[in-house]
Amino acid sequence: MMLPFEAAVADTWWWPYVMILVAGWIATDMWRWIGVLAGGRLREDGELLIWVRAVATALVAGVISKLILFPTGVIEATPMWLRLLAALAGFAAYLGLGRRVIVGVLVAEVLLIGGWLLLGL
Amino acid sequence: MASSSSPLSSGDEPRPGDGEVSSLQWFLRGGRAAVSLPALILMAAFVGYAGLARGTGLTLAETLVMAGLVWALPSIVVLTGAIGTGLGIVPAGIAVALASVRLMPMTMAMIPMVKVPGRTKTWQLLYISHFIAVTAWVFAMHNLPKLPREARLPYFAGFSTLLTSSVTCVTGIAYLLVDELPPAVAGGLFLLTPVYFLCSLWGASRLSSDKLSMIAGLALGPLFYTFAPGLDLLWTGLVGGTLAYGVTRLRRRGLS
Repeated sequence: MMLPFEAAVADTWWWPYVMILVAGWIATDMWRWIGVLAGGRLREDGELLIWVRAVATALVAGVISKLILFPTGVIEATPMWLRLLAALAGFAAYLGLGRRVIVGVLVAEVLLIGGWLLLGL
Repeated sequence: MASSSSPLSSGDEPRPGDGEVSSLQWFLRGGRAAVSLPALILMAAFVGYAGLARGTGLTLAETLVMAGLVWALPSIVVLTGAIGTGLGIVPAGIAVALASVRLMPMTMAMIPMVKVPGRTKTWQLLYISHFIAVTAWVFAMHNLPKLPREARLPYFAGFSTLLTSSVTCVTGIAYLLVDELPPAVAGGLFLLTPVYFLCSLWGASRLSSDKLSMIAGLALGPLFYTFAPGLDLLWTGLVGGTLAYGVTRLRRRGLS
């Protein structure tokens, strides 16, 4: 679906910037602005905020498992079990070895890249 | 929180005499805290993106404007794809808006934490809201509660302003330098992000409802993605979060 004038401007140097401003910046930041206006009315100790936090946390967790299970780009070449194993082992290392994020990240990376090279992908 | 990887453990915890610390000083401390593991990981993710932008045919200036102005990697990737395939501005805008609805509940959850009732101006909140994306959000939920309330907004403003500008610069450098990464390195860069989020989101979960909703979200995310792609993240958040909230509330107060 193209707007009537789009064909005429699509090849100008500035059209990509209009796209970035309208379809990128406004389309993304409007949610943040709505969040500011709605979040400003929430009480910090209120039940509603606990629920909103739970929703936001579950949503971010959904982003995480999608990145691991259904990634895009070169990492698609790795088997799903290898990505899952690397991520779970990293998380286990984080929990077991003093809750250091860097430990979890390193363990996961060593497993992924080690597995990658062993499988000869 | 004993996590020594937390940028705050180096001494930004409230100290005696913090009453005299000005907003500017909190801003600077926040900026200093941005020199951190999450910044490195985000830079790695944007290095990966720079390759995509270049491959799609975006110019350096377009790539930089998009990174700094949109500042949410999923939206940026969607918009890059839309420009690359010559999609119209309306469908591209709808696709990007769908990819970024998740920022609304995240912002809603964070604003009461940084707001000083009666003192914080709305424009200040609108300014910092631009930087809310997963990395800065997880950092904020993890670290801001340790600070005095008046310090949180300037601290986060300093953190996120420096984070966004440095990551945008690195994206530009990567655009110029990186032609093709070896696949194992590119794959390793990609996995950094979810594993970092996994560990730090767990660390940021204070309430048992947060931990439970994280588990629910991890399980439901792929499920909704398979059966209801498009709005899957919103469903994951609503269903997973409501379930977790309901269960912990029942445990907390019985059926009242």
